[in-house]
Amino acid sequence: MELTGAEIAIRCLQEEGVEYLFGYPGGAVLHIYDALFQQDKVKHVLVRHEQAAIHAADGYARSSEKVGVALVTSGPGLTNAVTGIATAYMDSIPMVVLSGQVPSYAIGEDAFQEVDAVGITRPCVKHNFLIKHVADIAPTIKKAFYLAKSGRPGPVLIDIPKDISNQKTEFIYPGSVHIRSYNPVGKGDSAQIRHAAQMLLEAKRPMIYAGGGVVLGDASAQLTDLVRLLGAPCTNTLMGLGGFPASDTQFVGMLGMHGTYEANMAMQYCDVLVAVGARFDDRVIGNVAHFAEVPRKIIHIDIDPSSIAKRVKVDLPIVGNVKLVLEELLTVLRGTKQKPDALALTDWWKQIETWRVKGGGLRYANSSEVIKPQYVIETLHEITRGDAFVTSDVGQHQMWAAQYYRFDKPRRWINSGGLGTMGFGLPAAMGVQLINPGATVACVTGEGSIQMNIQELSTCKQFHLPIKVVALNNRYLGMVRQWQQFFHGDRYSESYMDALPDFVKIAEAYGHVGIRVDSPADVKPAMQEAFARKNELVFMDFRTDSTENVFPMVPGGKGLSEVILAEDL
Amino acid sequence: MRHIISVLMENEAGALSRVAGLFSARGYNIESLTVAVTEDETLSRMTIVTSGSDAIIEQITKQLNKLIDVAAVMDLSDGSHLERELMLLKLRAEGCAREELKRMADIFGGRVIDVTATTYVIELTGASSKLDAFIEAIDRDLILETVRTGASGIGRGDRILKL
Ligand SMILES: Cc1cc2nc3c(=O)[nH]c(=O)nc-3n(C[C@H](O)[C@H](O)[C@H](O)COP(=O)(O)OP(=O)(O)OC[C@H]3O[C@@H](n4cnc5c(N)ncnc54)[C@H](O)[C@@H]3O)c2cc1C
Ligand SMILES: Cc1ncc(C[n+]2csc(CCOP(=O)(O)OP(=O)(O)O)c2C)c(N)n1
Ligand SMILES: [Mg+2]
Repeated sequence: MELTGAEIAIRCLQEEGVEYLFGYPGGAVLHIYDALFQQDKVKHVLVRHEQAAIHAADGYARSSEKVGVALVTSGPGLTNAVTGIATAYMDSIPMVVLSGQVPSYAIGEDAFQEVDAVGITRPCVKHNFLIKHVADIAPTIKKAFYLAKSGRPGPVLIDIPKDISNQKTEFIYPGSVHIRSYNPVGKGDSAQIRHAAQMLLEAKRPMIYAGGGVVLGDASAQLTDLVRLLGAPCTNTLMGLGGFPASDTQFVGMLGMHGTYEANMAMQYCDVLVAVGARFDDRVIGNVAHFAEVPRKIIHIDIDPSSIAKRVKVDLPIVGNVKLVLEELLTVLRGTKQKPDALALTDWWKQIETWRVKGGGLRYANSSEVIKPQYVIETLHEITRGDAFVTSDVGQHQMWAAQYYRFDKPRRWINSGGLGTMGFGLPAAMGVQLINPGATVACVTGEGSIQMNIQELSTCKQFHLPIKVVALNNRYLGMVRQWQQFFHGDRYSESYMDALPDFVKIAEAYGHVGIRVDSPADVKPAMQEAFARKNELVFMDFRTDSTENVFPMVPGGKGLSEVILAEDL
Repeated sequence: MRHIISVLMENEAGALSRVAGLFSARGYNIESLTVAVTEDETLSRMTIVTSGSDAIIEQITKQLNKLIDVAAVMDLSDGSHLERELMLLKLRAEGCAREELKRMADIFGGRVIDVTATTYVIELTGASSKLDAFIEAIDRDLILETVRTGASGIGRGDRILKL
């Protein structure tokens, strides 16, 4: 039977097992919405802004092992989606975005709501396609899903002109896909892996630095085994949190700009460093020259050759899927008689312990007068027994959530690291809640960030999403204020949030529950009440200390050991 | 250092802009870029002349390989290779300059392919450096137009870039 392009697109999504499609209609996608209307396998989630559709699909993907899918119209629909697409791209999130385009015969004529979608998104997608013939729709969607989730994952955009979505052809969904110019790697090179095992066994001060690749590649179990087997300290990047259990004694905390003192010092002074699915980001190793001053051997495991030797010279590159590489590495290590150097490791851990004491760990001075943001996160951890999915926006609250929630499982910490997109948290939480219906989902946010996508409270109402919003309301664009305090002589240029709305009333206006908390004594009871409301969205407006800063801090451009600690100020 | 990189890629709309976009977005140098279809019309062959430190060239080849449309990449400068560029030069050719220009073209192995009462068009192929040398060798004031294709390169002998 012949189907229209629109019907084919929806049938393809069914074939891919897509449960939820996040989107917003418009002229160029009317045929697709019509096809959507006439079936009930793929459920559509109507957001209130296209950026939110992409973030929701993103949260859906990050908290599961699935590909997130979104649908937007041409022109402004697509441009609104770009921030979301770039967010997913920077963090390597598997996603397929369908966008409507003006009819193929009108392309290039500055038609109503025409933008060059393929051109605009080119630098922030893994790949994109403009559909030229109706017969191309099914094979292209098949390719898009394959590209999105294989190799280094990423968003893929398919732009579908309106007329083509209404043309008819036979529907055949390809059973398999082959792209001759695209061959993602699987296993790593065995000789290199044996070499790595040798280097690690001979190390006196080994260090394991694991990133988002461990979470994306579902290799937490293998990483955990490796860390235990080697007896080495392990640190996670912001994107890798939960990849190794934070409550493990071998975990030294997050590293980087706001990482723990011990993690950063161990990075700097180890003798063999193994980077696993991590990309030596500038917020992680700071000043490259400073990082390179100390001699240490670096082993780098990554699926993307271009991540290797991009910012830092490595001694032993291993290109491959982290899960397969770690499995092989573990087999080699278990198969040899040689064991890690126990004496050297004892000294190394003693050294790390002195750093832990000097850095003060993640201590902060709690108060009975004013709510400390760190205390709110610790309480969140306590009330949710460390078992919630936590999404975040961008700013100080994001760093406190990363530092104090202590994630023990992968895919529980959902945040925008690479692009740092304010407005990510709430829509991402929607995707997380939909794919994990019974789970506790908390969105940690700031009064600045939440206002970038606050309209999604309406979507949450429509789809009964009982998200718990934990707003650390410091009345400032706090992260900006902190930089102004440290580096711009206390000149708080445009970082004060004046004329804030009453968030309790806003929550209520959207049909939710709002709670305002002003005193430290009320933090825990308020949270208990909020989380007891299993079926309701509760917006908790915590009035936190507006002068609190995130510590430790390695200022931009500085080396990992040039850190500012809380007591330095 | 100057590098000449060969790229074999899908002959699809947009493939060229992906490569060009990559160079501009990441701030890589691009001295010249030539592209045309191969004997297999689903594939195009591109030659890029660029320059940068070893680390940058390594990133360039990795980033090129990462593009989905790119099937194979070879840094021709890594081994023995040939390169040729075509130049069309329109020159003011009057009086005694006519003989002189003809003679220079002969010396460089070029040909005069169009003649009017006052102009010549000279065609010259060779390594880019030879074309530079020709321009150096003639009187600049006589040059009316310069059209160069940018270098095309190929490996010698067994160095073959093919699917
Ligand atoms: C306000 C703010 C502050 C920040 N401060 C910090 C900070 O203090 N510390 C910090 O760490 N970050 C911080 N970041 C985040 C930072 O900007 C980067 O996003 C982050 O450090 C990158 O993490 P990553 O190296 O794990 O790489 P990711 O971006 O997660 O990349 C994953 C890597 O793994 C590879 N990979 C993917 N899948 C696989 C697979 N299956 N097998 C093998 N490899 C794979 C990819 O090719 C890639 O190289 C901050 C961000 C913000 C917004
Ligand atoms: C879309 C966007 N615009 C601007 C920024 C720059 N920025 C980073 S953090 C921040 C302040 C965030 O304020 P708030 O949400 O209140 O969080 P806080 O830092 O106070 O916890 C800003 C403006 C950004 N990351 N994203
Ligand atoms: Mg704030």
